[in-house]
Amino acid sequence: MKLEEVKQILNAEVLVGEDRLDREVLLACGSDLMSDVLAFVKEKVLLLTGLTNPQVIRTAEMMDIKAIVFVRGKQPDPETIQLAEKKNIVILKTKYPLYIACGLLYSNGLTGDEKKQEEGYEVKF
Amino acid sequence: MKLNFEVDGDDFLLAGEASSQVKKVLKQLGVASDIIRRIAIAMYEAEINMVLHANGGMVDVDISPEKIYIVFQDTGPGIEDIELAMQEGYSTASDKIRELGFGAGMGLPNMKRYSDDLKITSELGKGTKVEIIVYLNREGD
Ligand SMILES: Nc1ncnc2c1ncn2[C@@H]1O[C@H](COP(=O)(O)OP(=O)(O)OP(=O)(O)O)[C@@H](O)[C@H]1O
Ligand SMILES: [Mg+2]
Repeated sequence: MKLEEVKQILNAEVLVGEDRLDREVLLACGSDLMSDVLAFVKEKVLLLTGLTNPQVIRTAEMMDIKAIVFVRGKQPDPETIQLAEKKNIVILKTKYPLYIACGLLYSNGLTGDEKKQEEGYEVKF
Repeated sequence: MKLNFEVDGDDFLLAGEASSQVKKVLKQLGVASDIIRRIAIAMYEAEINMVLHANGGMVDVDISPEKIYIVFQDTGPGIEDIELAMQEGYSTASDKIRELGFGAGMGLPNMKRYSDDLKITSELGKGTKVEIIVYLNREGD
């Protein structure tokens, strides 16, 4: 799914990377725990989170995550925005809470390969 | 190639910068992206632990054609029971740390999962040393 479509489904505002919405994501991950993200996520994932501090961007950088959605309408700190610009990560903001935002994307076809997720891991390196 | 970094224990914004630099260097060296990701995650977890639990420290990185060897040395409170700390879900993180999205007790298990060799030595009141080795030329296993 292209980020442009994510933006429409979530009725989202683009905070960083308006010109990079042609990026493709294969799966989404909703979490407020960065170490869980670091444990379980694979490439080309869209991260949805209620956390807005700069370490969310760092986490995304380490994982090669190219786009993040901040949920519940939370406005990130200016440091977070700056870091996202520097690290070339697209930031969207939606009013929906985490559960609903994930559900909307899932029901619109952003499911990844479900078989590979049965053990709880989206991928094993 | 040798690199070293000082990790500031008071600057949460900068935590992860050493890992970021190393990731960039490995990319320039043409290391496979799945191996880079494993190194970046293990390193970032160790760097974050240094900032959140030990007020910063030093990172020494040694990159050779066959492997990367990273040493994190801090002068923090130390870890009393390393085996316990290694268990998934074990964390002594404060509420403040948890509000930042850390404290799941997954950092050390992640480091173990993503490295080829992980060694932790620690003395209470003196500090902790974390050594990570990842081999660079095992493609796609
Ligand atoms: N460098 C360190 N100095 C002192 N204590 C440490 C250090 N690294 C880890 N610990 C201790 O080991 C525990 C487990 O570490 P681990 O990284 O697995 O989890 P965490 O940091 O608490 O949470 P998470 O990594 O999931 O955000 C920590 O809560 C802390 O008590
Ligand atoms: Mg940790």
